[in-house]
Amino acid sequence: MPSFVNPEKCDGCKGGEKTACMYICPNDLMVLNPDEMKAYNQEPDQCWECYSCVKICPQGAIEVRHYADICPMGGYVQPMRGTDSIMWTIKFRNGNIKRFKFPIRTTPEGSIKPYEGKPSPGADQLDNELLFTETADSDRATCKPSDFA
Amino acid sequence: MALPNKPAWELLAEPDLTKVPVEEYTYDALLVGGGMAACGAAWEIGKWLPDGATCCLVDKAALERSGAVAQGLSAINTYIGENTPSDYVRMVRNDLMGVVREDLIFDLGRHVDDSVHHFEEWGLPIWKKKGSEGKKLTEGGEPVRTGKWQIMIHGESYKCIVAEAAKAALEEKGYDLHERIFIVKLLLDANKENTIAGAVGFSARENKVCIYKAKAIMVACGGAVNIFRPRSTDEGKGRAWYPVWNAGSTYTMCMQVGAEMTMMENRFTPSRFKDGYGPVGAWFLLFKATVTNGYGEHYVKTDRAKAELEKYAPYGLAPVTPTCLRNHLMLFEMKEGRGPIFMDTAAALNAFLEEKKAEGMDEKALKKFWKELESEAWEDFLDMSVGQAGLWASMNIEPEKVGSEIMPTEPYMLGSHSGCCGIWVSGPNEDWVPDDYKWGYNRMTTVNGLFTSGDGVGASGHKFSSGAHAEGRIAAKAMARYIRDNADFAPSLKQSEEELKEEIYKPVKVYYEHYQKTTHEMVNPNYIKPRHMMERLMKYTDEYGGGWSPYYMTNGKLLEIVMKHLQWLREDSEKMAAGGLHELLRAWENLHRIWTVEDHLRHIQYREESRYPGFYYRGDFMQADDKDFDQGGWKCFVNSKYDPNTGEWTVMKKKCHQIISD
Repeated sequence: MPSFVNPEKCDGCKGGEKTACMYICPNDLMVLNPDEMKAYNQEPDQCWECYSCVKICPQGAIEVRHYADICPMGGYVQPMRGTDSIMWTIKFRNGNIKRFKFPIRTTPEGSIKPYEGKPSPGADQLDNELLFTETADSDRATCKPSDFA
Repeated sequence: MALPNKPAWELLAEPDLTKVPVEEYTYDALLVGGGMAACGAAWEIGKWLPDGATCCLVDKAALERSGAVAQGLSAINTYIGENTPSDYVRMVRNDLMGVVREDLIFDLGRHVDDSVHHFEEWGLPIWKKKGSEGKKLTEGGEPVRTGKWQIMIHGESYKCIVAEAAKAALEEKGYDLHERIFIVKLLLDANKENTIAGAVGFSARENKVCIYKAKAIMVACGGAVNIFRPRSTDEGKGRAWYPVWNAGSTYTMCMQVGAEMTMMENRFTPSRFKDGYGPVGAWFLLFKATVTNGYGEHYVKTDRAKAELEKYAPYGLAPVTPTCLRNHLMLFEMKEGRGPIFMDTAAALNAFLEEKKAEGMDEKALKKFWKELESEAWEDFLDMSVGQAGLWASMNIEPEKVGSEIMPTEPYMLGSHSGCCGIWVSGPNEDWVPDDYKWGYNRMTTVNGLFTSGDGVGASGHKFSSGAHAEGRIAAKAMARYIRDNADFAPSLKQSEEELKEEIYKPVKVYYEHYQKTTHEMVNPNYIKPRHMMERLMKYTDEYGGGWSPYYMTNGKLLEIVMKHLQWLREDSEKMAAGGLHELLRAWENLHRIWTVEDHLRHIQYREESRYPGFYYRGDFMQADDKDFDQGGWKCFVNSKYDPNTGEWTVMKKKCHQIISD
């Protein structure tokens, strides 16, 4: 079953506002069983192995057992995602291990101010084809095919 | 042990509809979808709607990881940069075998870079050439280009960043964000002909139905996946190349209210690393890898390959071979018994090392160079297709030592990648756009007030992530204009709250009415489970509609059979049964899949040629006929339209204009 939950580590996000994996799964697969306070993947054959649940789990309780109908056993790929970088551990079937670290973001999480310092075009600009950020400086945005003839 | 005659889901669906509340909302603008296009629209629209206007974005998932970029990406495939929008049109036109909307592509080309510049401003790390590290693109930083149009990124958090900007924009403007609400149906206005008035959906988290009324709606919820039998049919069917949660909702919801569709015969059958479906672009373009047949022959250079390409002139003879024809050559080798096809990763990586050695690089520097190269190779998968890295680890594949198999996948439907199916929309309201391409509001469908973008817009592929974002913005601005021009319009729905609730929850009613009639809830003659519906759909589309098992081949006779099965599937969909909320989601997704595929095959039936060899073949019409449509040829669009009043379909040819010179 592509993503799976380690019952020893999963605490059902009892200290959090929401069950992180259930919140994030793009395909509505991760669910919390409130009696056991454990999460699980309710439809493993629809898992994209996108790792969204793995990356977000605050307990590091989620891993991936790669597709049983495709992969020989023993391969393992696990990330540790920080705020500005992600570290991957890859274990091969033969036991070899590789590690990689990549940047993921150059600004602090939550820092985006999408309209700060951007133009605020007037209603008179609504009838042209410029996007709001292009209303100040718009060489490319106003071009026509005949400009390149 | 308990009998398996009960629903197995954690969140059960409520069969007593008096206990299912209906929430009603009214907005000026409604954005349906949560991917790149919807995020672009959410950001743009706030600057154009007047103060006091209302807007809501409704997403069936969580915005932070919703859509095709959920997992991340290792490249942005559309960045115009030093090129021109006209050259961009030429590239797209040739790749898609000549039949494209050049106005839409040009329009996208002039706006897309602005979105990319903002991604970087918000925090997306973009690779830069040595010497310009640390400089933003807008400050003259030179991106690492793989091809003419692509740039490399450290894109694991690409979607998180773009979604954060969209969320912040919605919040700043006081607009709403509804997550985990799956919109399943659009609603036409009760009084005004051919005009959108609302949408209805349900929550995947609690038993409730949500009805939205809006003056303008944008639907952008991706393409269609799991519509043809996948090559891996158990757990591995989750490892779809495109996001497995894209169920054709964009196409189906729009066609059901009468939006004209275009080029729905087009599909994308990507050739990817076998089974893991990892990306091949960086291997071809960045690492300069070659593809060989099973005998080590670089088959695309052979005379027999050239002869195949000549059959599809002028496209096959262009300097860059169209994607479908590259597939065609691969399939040709496989069918002739010269498989498997390999990406020669080892030769490519070792060539870089040999080059450095020849330049006199010392051992230590060489080791460091190799580390960087290896890291780049693995990041390509880890950023966007982790499952492929898992497959390599499982099979002890180290790309510097051994090549990997490449294989064409099952077919997908989409309008933003190297495919172009979708909805017929208005182009920009400018003089250079032909009159039959524009009706006032950019990216508006033929239904008043209904807009789309990203995978939804047909006949203009190769937008990719950045283009989808830019196109969402284009549509959002046009929505604001439409809302201004229709300020007095008060949407009213044809159906009552109760009627809509009954319809949405029908699979739940069917389930609970019958589930105790057998001792296993999966086997019951009174209903069909969504899972089985999808499996049946995929079996018949594959066998008769040109899936991978007959090497993408179909013909008029085979299509007649699959159309019959689709008719039966639609009839049986009335008996779909859902015991849990997750299963209700699947039921509606599968209904969307069926309609989308039906239109796809209807178009293939109509177009009596093989326009996209390598994506599909009509065995009874194997050539691509490049005569114009007024000379009886097929260099034209095929459009289709479902009439929501009569339930009848019309399929027609539409003129394809060349705007940009050869």
